[in-house]
Amino acid sequence: MLEVRNVSRTYGEAHALRDVSVTIQDGQFFSLLGPSGCGKTTLLRIIAGFEDPSQGQVFHKEKRIDNVPANRRRFNMVFQRYALFPHLNVKQNVAFGLQMKKTPSAEVEQRVSEMLSMVQMETYGTRGVTTLSGGQQQRVALARALVNRPEILLLDEPLSALDLKLRQQMQVELLSIQRRLKHTFIFVTHDQEEALTLSDRVAVMNKGRIEQVGTPQEIYEYPKTEFVARFIGSINVLGGEVGDGAADSLSFVGPGKRPFIIKASRDGSRPLPSFAKGTKVSLLVRPEKLKLLKSAPGPEQNTLEGTLKEVLYQGPITQLFVQPKETQGPVWVISQPNTAVTARKQFNLGEKVYVSWLPEDCLLLEKDGNGSGG
Amino acid sequence: MSSTKPKPSRFYGVISALTFIMIYVPLATLVVFSFRAPTGWTFDWYTKIFSDQQIIEALGMSFFVGTVSTAISIVLGTAAALTLERTRFKGRGAFDILTHIPIIMPETVMGLSLLIWFVFLGVTLGSFSMIVAHVTFTLSYVIITVRTRLQGMDPQMEEAARDLGASPWQTFWKVTFPLVRPGIVSGGLLAFTLSFDDFLVTFFTAGAGSDTLPMKIYSMTKYGVSPEINALSTLMLVLTLVGVLVIGAREKLSSPR
Repeated sequence: MLEVRNVSRTYGEAHALRDVSVTIQDGQFFSLLGPSGCGKTTLLRIIAGFEDPSQGQVFHKEKRIDNVPANRRRFNMVFQRYALFPHLNVKQNVAFGLQMKKTPSAEVEQRVSEMLSMVQMETYGTRGVTTLSGGQQQRVALARALVNRPEILLLDEPLSALDLKLRQQMQVELLSIQRRLKHTFIFVTHDQEEALTLSDRVAVMNKGRIEQVGTPQEIYEYPKTEFVARFIGSINVLGGEVGDGAADSLSFVGPGKRPFIIKASRDGSRPLPSFAKGTKVSLLVRPEKLKLLKSAPGPEQNTLEGTLKEVLYQGPITQLFVQPKETQGPVWVISQPNTAVTARKQFNLGEKVYVSWLPEDCLLLEKDGNGSGG
Repeated sequence: MSSTKPKPSRFYGVISALTFIMIYVPLATLVVFSFRAPTGWTFDWYTKIFSDQQIIEALGMSFFVGTVSTAISIVLGTAAALTLERTRFKGRGAFDILTHIPIIMPETVMGLSLLIWFVFLGVTLGSFSMIVAHVTFTLSYVIITVRTRLQGMDPQMEEAARDLGASPWQTFWKVTFPLVRPGIVSGGLLAFTLSFDDFLVTFFTAGAGSDTLPMKIYSMTKYGVSPEINALSTLMLVLTLVGVLVIGAREKLSSPR
């Protein structure tokens, strides 16, 4: 178990990390996700030992490690630009860590060839690393780190330099390697899709803080802050305030006349938020939770009236853009799967439409300072 | 190489030809005369200089001073380059500038100030004072070539080594050194070449009886230019050329990625 306790990191006046605490269980695929400059790489480098925290401590297996130099931590890193040694060939690169630990040469030989065959690079042993393609260098970098059987493998945006197809292929391979070896992987990325696909747990970071830690599902379905909601996937937002509450529901008074109803999720994973009446809040709904209708549905559904602005057919789904009638705010995005049912409903641009969703399918979050844009 | 570029006018061709004649004809003459016998061609001048004890001693002195000052410059220069490129400290900017100044410093001033300083400190002038003096002007070149190499090297290389369990010492010898070695070798060759044919600073800091080759040649010319001097000068020319050509070839081979 790796524990980061109240870690801050400042560079002069700039705060890269502000009082970050997080616990990472053994054997997890854990992602640090956030926009560039959010502090995720700084946090990874502090865990690796390349940087010292300005404040706070790092513990591994109950032992304090933030004062242990990088070369004595049993963690290994896969660097963003791979950082393979250009003066050594593939085998020598992979053997480097074992040789530093004075491993007997027979064992080095065996473990290196095992690792090279795991990453499917066994025929490249004597090749110079500068002659390899990006994807091959990536595999060698992975083998060079994993051959040391690290207690934690740190990955600093390792796939960002690869093209889409190779990236997806490497994602699958990374995941299968992690499942097989059961090492802890700490993976830094700015790609939310990648984080959701690969991780057991994700920490979403913003401006040097961790905004939320949870499973990909929790992060996507029940974001705790507006930043998380907006950063992961796309989401529609309305500003307003909390209205009257009932036993199992809360009302939201938005720009329209009719209040919207919010209910707890049925499985209980997201309880009803406890806001006092009159609190300024945002109502958020994911595009795929929305339905587009030609006539107003019953009162048991939340409904927003508007004008259809654009229809984008994208293969598996169609995206529809609706300008809500009662606000000048951003257009709402609705994504519908392309099935026989939705195909039958043809909408014309400029048509008056109704966007509706279930009370369980929307979120109520405290208003974010970061503006009201879409 | 572009074919759209116009040809220069014939006038420039003439100027260039005259300039090159001024530069290379004297050199060629010197080389030719070093093989010239009253009738025909000879290697006698070369055999003669190698049987002249004083010349052998001067050559030995030049090699000794050149080798030792180069070795010192390599060690100090590499350390300074690493410090400048890999660390942050107060006064780094001033340190950076100070390492460059010897390059533009007039050699006469440099030599004279060193002479005064050695006399003030009571240092006996000889090979020791010459070595110290040569380090003062060769060091900058080593720092510059090693720094250029370090700048072309991904700093993550060193982090990767640390990450794989290498101590700072192992990191230097297994990763940093092999990667900057071409820069160190080029800097060293440059330093040796500069030291080997330096006259001015050497002139100020050499004691009696510690002539280097350039000083020996100079003192021999006082009695007129002989074919022997031509032979000796040709030897120096060849040595320097070889040094420079090797540096050039290395840089072409190991251009940083």
